[in-house]
Amino acid sequence: MSRSPSPGSTRNRGAMAEGILEIEGLRKQYGPVVAVDGVDLSLKTGEFVTFLGPSGSGKTTTLQIIAGLQSASAGHIRLNGQAIDPLPPHQRNIGVVFQHYALFPHMSIARNIAFPLEMRRVPAAEIRRRVEEALALVGLEGYGQRHPRQLSGGQQQRVALARALVFRPPLLLMDEPLGALDKQLREQMQLEISRLHRELGASIVYVTHDQEEALVMSDRIAVFNHGRIEQIGASEELYERPRSRFVAGFLGESNFFEGRVEALQGELCRIASPAGPLLARRNGDLAVGDPTVVAVRPERLCLLDGSAAGGGGEPENRLEGRVQEVVYLGLSRKYLLRLADGQEVVVRQQAQDAERSGLGPGDLVRLGWRAANANALEVAAGSDEADGKETGQ
Amino acid sequence: MTGGEELSAAGRGAVWWHRLRALICVLVGLYLVAPLVIVLIISFSSAPFLSFPPPGLSLQWYDNLFGNPVWLRSLITSIEILVPTSILATLLGTAAAYGLARSRLPAAAAIQGFLMAPVVVPVIITAAGIFGFFRHIGLNGTLPGLILAHTVLTVPYVVATVGAALSVVDARLEDAARTLGASPLVCFRRITLPLILPAVLSGLLFAMVTSFDELIVSLFISTPRVRPVTVQMWSNIRGDVDPTIAAIATLLFGFSLLALLADHLARRRSAGGAR
Amino acid sequence: MQGSLKPGGYGLLVLPACALLLVFFAYPVFWLLLRSISEPHWGFANFQVLYERSIYLKVLLNTVVISLLVTLCCAVIGYPLAYTMAHGGPRVRRLLTFVVLVPFWTSILVRTFAWMVILQRQGLINDLLLWLGLTERPLALVYNRTGVLIGMTQILLPFMIFPLYSVMLRIDRSCSWAAATLGAPPLRNFLRIYLPLSLPGLMTGGTLVFIVSLGYFITPALLGGQRDIMIAQLIEQQISNFGNWGLAGALSLVLLAGTALCLALVRRFVGGQAPWGRR
Repeated sequence: MSRSPSPGSTRNRGAMAEGILEIEGLRKQYGPVVAVDGVDLSLKTGEFVTFLGPSGSGKTTTLQIIAGLQSASAGHIRLNGQAIDPLPPHQRNIGVVFQHYALFPHMSIARNIAFPLEMRRVPAAEIRRRVEEALALVGLEGYGQRHPRQLSGGQQQRVALARALVFRPPLLLMDEPLGALDKQLREQMQLEISRLHRELGASIVYVTHDQEEALVMSDRIAVFNHGRIEQIGASEELYERPRSRFVAGFLGESNFFEGRVEALQGELCRIASPAGPLLARRNGDLAVGDPTVVAVRPERLCLLDGSAAGGGGEPENRLEGRVQEVVYLGLSRKYLLRLADGQEVVVRQQAQDAERSGLGPGDLVRLGWRAANANALEVAAGSDEADGKETGQ
Repeated sequence: MTGGEELSAAGRGAVWWHRLRALICVLVGLYLVAPLVIVLIISFSSAPFLSFPPPGLSLQWYDNLFGNPVWLRSLITSIEILVPTSILATLLGTAAAYGLARSRLPAAAAIQGFLMAPVVVPVIITAAGIFGFFRHIGLNGTLPGLILAHTVLTVPYVVATVGAALSVVDARLEDAARTLGASPLVCFRRITLPLILPAVLSGLLFAMVTSFDELIVSLFISTPRVRPVTVQMWSNIRGDVDPTIAAIATLLFGFSLLALLADHLARRRSAGGAR
Repeated sequence: MQGSLKPGGYGLLVLPACALLLVFFAYPVFWLLLRSISEPHWGFANFQVLYERSIYLKVLLNTVVISLLVTLCCAVIGYPLAYTMAHGGPRVRRLLTFVVLVPFWTSILVRTFAWMVILQRQGLINDLLLWLGLTERPLALVYNRTGVLIGMTQILLPFMIFPLYSVMLRIDRSCSWAAATLGAPPLRNFLRIYLPLSLPGLMTGGTLVFIVSLGYFITPALLGGQRDIMIAQLIEQQISNFGNWGLAGALSLVLLAGTALCLALVRRFVGGQAPWGRR
């Protein structure tokens, strides 16, 4: 029944190689519905991993299983090398920040934060000191005697954070903690959480469906889809080198060209597509004759008006299209083009370039992109059909 | 011009409608409350019969009431029934409501319906059934029998009141408490119970009032030896009526008012504390 | 101790209450209903008696008519009060809630007794009418249907008002305003917009009043006359006076079936939500 965090922290260093949290083959099934379908994950001490995915992709369920609020149908979870599967939530010693804060409405802020310490039978004097510390940590000194309903959303969020951190759990789970805040406050809190992560060296699993949030804070992002981790990696890796159409479409925006691999050229491969022959980076296990889809970010496409200023290298891929629509976005402009074969393509151009070109609906333009900026992706049998319809023509 | 006239006509209509509604509300309010007030006044009457307005005030009918061992005995019997009944009903009802709210029982709706059944089934049927059953097992005219029967009738109110409160309490608060290190029992005591306490008290009060006021089942299963005050009142009402009945009625009414007031206070405290 | 993971742990909490109701409610009621075909001997003789003897049919009819009238009175009287409660200022709301709650929490016996006092031949109402010169001889206001209606309506009014009030509270007033800007005159506006929106409350309250009326015992027994006997009184008579458990069981079955039918109907109309809140 000893719930003091100290044995964990000493073991920490020893178990460094293994990682603080190890998840193996996690599954959760409600009747015929599979919510989590074989999740594996290893979290290093001090790492910030974000679970990103649409609602119903299994990310929150996975989080709740880690916290012990739901039981897994199969699989194992180890915290600091110790199996925690049989432990009820109150013996797991994991901090959780809930979606709508879940502050106890009948207790003052100080009592809320003191709660986990009281549960661990920490002496009263130390509780008082640590509550003060925790309040200072989140910038809420002097708010201890207020009640949750007297605080703004952002302040309640900070209290929830302080409450989850005050007992120094080896692992902190956060379930869409900023979902209820407005955009400005959300950005401010993102920086705050990043700061706390750096200062405390906490290991954090963060759940969100907001890709920007994921990019801002995470060391690594795990993209969830249909109860599985589609891809896990650093933000840049996921953005620049997505391994599936889902990841390329969910994290940022992408143009997709379906086709078939014609030839392999080292890192690159040549693809036959209805839009014409394309050259793209080979991402994954592609052989000649395989179906593939090429993903290109709208900002990687450039419009070649006459004498292209693309000095950094000639784009290997060139296509022609007609401007359908121009959307003014302040920093940039978005063009909706229609290619000769009828496919629609989105191009994003910096404001200055856009002003120079002065394109409007009906104009015929040439567009091009570097092969290194295009990813030829593996197409899973079956799943590509459904995804193709969502994003495609 | 015509437009303005139309508008003012509509405005006049609205004012009339408003006044009519106010008048209706006053009349209905009187209809609801006045009878009780009249009984209250008559109970202090100095006249030897039920007349209104009373010629003068006196406490003779209360003297009569408390001086009469039959009335006193029945009052005590009623209290002997209502105290265990309300405690039992509150414990059973709260436990059941919590179980229904927090477990994922497949037949939760059916169980909830079953627990509410004593309110839906006409009391006369319940009373006749219990009477027949108790005759067989010898519980007729006993205190335990009356307590059990009254508990059956009051449990649904506790289940409904506490259940409603639980449906408002965010289940994530309990999840949060669990992740912060609270065992299920501690979690209930420190988080859930304080949040639903007003409803539990409200259920307790309502169970008390319901038991105190219960007549029909008691009528069947009580005997002259164990006879709650409502049954005593019933047998007197049908004979010759004197203002002693008004005094006992006033006592019952006062008890209800006190309970209502306590309930109001409990709810107000919760409204101040929880939101 | 792994409560939250195993639904069974919390589910067990339901058992004591269920056991109590099973033994001291479900079984006795079942036992009573069974009498209808088992006493005096097995068969449907009791139902045949019910059907063939016109006095019993008359009591059944009486019960339904009185219940309908009470429901109607409650709706007519309760609607404006609930409306004012829902849309009046906070002080009006508090006052009216109190006015409705006080009798609601007060014993039915006490309230019925109050009506006996007020409505009797030398009672307040008759005194008032005589004094005003509206009548020359005191009217028979009690021990007949009038008395039953006056008493039952007052006692059951809260059952109508509370569901109505809770539905009216949730009605978006801007719907009525929108209708007004679209050219609906006040009465049409009310009939086309507000009334339909408040209908679920009216249905729920109406059913509640009707169901409770069907099985009412105390008030008709004290305020009604010999010609206004309702089914609950008949059941009591059969048991207490004649020890005729078979007929009492049959009557109970009829009453229960009627109640269940009404409940089923209102569920069809208002949708799954139970029409009863508190008493």
